[in-house]
Amino acid sequence: MVARATLPGFGLTLGLTLAYLGVIVWLPLLALAAKTAGLGADGFLAAVASPRTVAAFRVSFGIALIAAAFDAALGLLVAWVLVRYRFPGRRFLDALIDLPFALPTAVAGITLASLYADTGWIGGLLEPLGLQVAFTPYGIFVALVFVGFPFVVRTVQPMLLDLEADVEEVALTLGASRFQIYRRVILPALLPGLLAGTALAFARAVGEYGSVIFIAGNMPGVSEIVPLLIVIKLEGFDYAGAAAIAVVMLAASLAILLVINALQAWVRHIHGDG
Amino acid sequence: MATAEQQRQQQGTTRTSIAGTAGRWLLIGAMLAVLGVFLLLPLVFVFAQALDRGIIDYVAALGTPDTIAAIRLTLLIAAIAVPLNAAFGLCAAWCITKFEFRGKSILLSLIDLPFSVSPVISGMIYVLLFGLQGWFGPFLAAHGIKIIFAVPGLVLATVFVTLPFVARQLIPLMQQQGRTEEESALILGATGWQIFRRVTLPNVKWALLYGVLLCNARAMGEFGAVSVVSGHIRGLTNTMPLQIEILYNEYNAPAAFGVASLLAMLAVLTLAAKTLLEWRFAGELGAQKRLH
Repeated sequence: MVARATLPGFGLTLGLTLAYLGVIVWLPLLALAAKTAGLGADGFLAAVASPRTVAAFRVSFGIALIAAAFDAALGLLVAWVLVRYRFPGRRFLDALIDLPFALPTAVAGITLASLYADTGWIGGLLEPLGLQVAFTPYGIFVALVFVGFPFVVRTVQPMLLDLEADVEEVALTLGASRFQIYRRVILPALLPGLLAGTALAFARAVGEYGSVIFIAGNMPGVSEIVPLLIVIKLEGFDYAGAAAIAVVMLAASLAILLVINALQAWVRHIHGDG
Repeated sequence: MATAEQQRQQQGTTRTSIAGTAGRWLLIGAMLAVLGVFLLLPLVFVFAQALDRGIIDYVAALGTPDTIAAIRLTLLIAAIAVPLNAAFGLCAAWCITKFEFRGKSILLSLIDLPFSVSPVISGMIYVLLFGLQGWFGPFLAAHGIKIIFAVPGLVLATVFVTLPFVARQLIPLMQQQGRTEEESALILGATGWQIFRRVTLPNVKWALLYGVLLCNARAMGEFGAVSVVSGHIRGLTNTMPLQIEILYNEYNAPAAFGVASLLAMLAVLTLAAKTLLEWRFAGELGAQKRLH
């Protein structure tokens, strides 16, 4: 523990850090655990396995998964173009990628709902095609694609930068076709970053609330997401029921987090640094 | 027979050698379409809607007492939550990067935890703690202290969701910088506070600013967590994002987009400042760009 010359402030800063985390993070999470434990096994199952809750889980996780996969495809394209090609406005577009991180979710929510409503700029174009987006599960998909968009770009970008053009040239001189280079050289090298980014987008999408509720329509069993169900239970003072669902959500988030950590360790391994 | 060098020259720049020119412009076009529809259009739409009825109506919509109260409340909450989390970030980064101790990686993942919790859950855990049916509910009610459906609850929920921003920016950077400079200062007779002020702080100032900017943007824009603890009392516990929701649900879209345009401007300014810092001080921001 003691290094060469021991800098001061260890006890003070560690103490303050732990105290702060204790009050802000630990104590409230403990209250959540206690509230759920108070339900007992039967009460917990009744709260979590009701048809409405199961349907909400299916909507949240199902659409988040599809949206994350879509983000992976879009993100790969955008990262590729931003890294490999030079064109006017590239830096502006690069900065724009983070917009979904910076734009408050309520702003994104009302904006997407208005854009995709059948009178909106985009909804008006889709409506004649018979495609209704706003106030249907498609609306949830659009919102989740938006909030998860930057993750894949930002994980794939540095990996693409690292990928030496030499490797591709060697493959080219060895007689590989373009398609073979994409499939055998580039895609495997990017895979860990692509998966990590997709998992991050998925994790974010599962818990997302603000940008979804305006566009979702919020029909129980059809377009009701889990976070909204928690809010509805809280508003009905069913705190224990809300806590039970929250515990399941938290467990799922932690599981996704473990996967993400493993993927990021893989990314670092390929990067060759710590 | 062509050498590799000649081949390279024939193919133009090395970076674009695998995709042909046509494929290249196709990909650039596809990317522009994606970014245009998914990112640029929503941003433009916010301002277009806000100014739909002209600048006079725009200003009038922002000048209503409830909206002004919401703006004030949002500024107040950020003014409390951001400095708290900045101080916490410095504190946590100091003990984690300047000392060795057991359980460090657990501490690190604990700091990151709020990022992986749904905003709604971030708010509800305080309701379970301080709400009427919560652990401290009866005690607080007996003493006439209101936390939930009042400003303290809004501050707590905001502190929770923005807790990791500054710490996560500082820790990798300070890890990378090591502690040699601080140890030299110590040997030269500087006190702990002097070391922090004169050595550490100047070394991390841009990363600190970067973290504070992101923390502030999130603090002012947070919706889900504050929505749960707010109680939506007009003029009292409505922050700007909550005010947007109320106006929008009242079919007052121009006013809703008016308030939204202020937050969108904050987002654009934050992105601009962030990008500027990344260009200008890339090396002083730490190993990697943060993902939140």
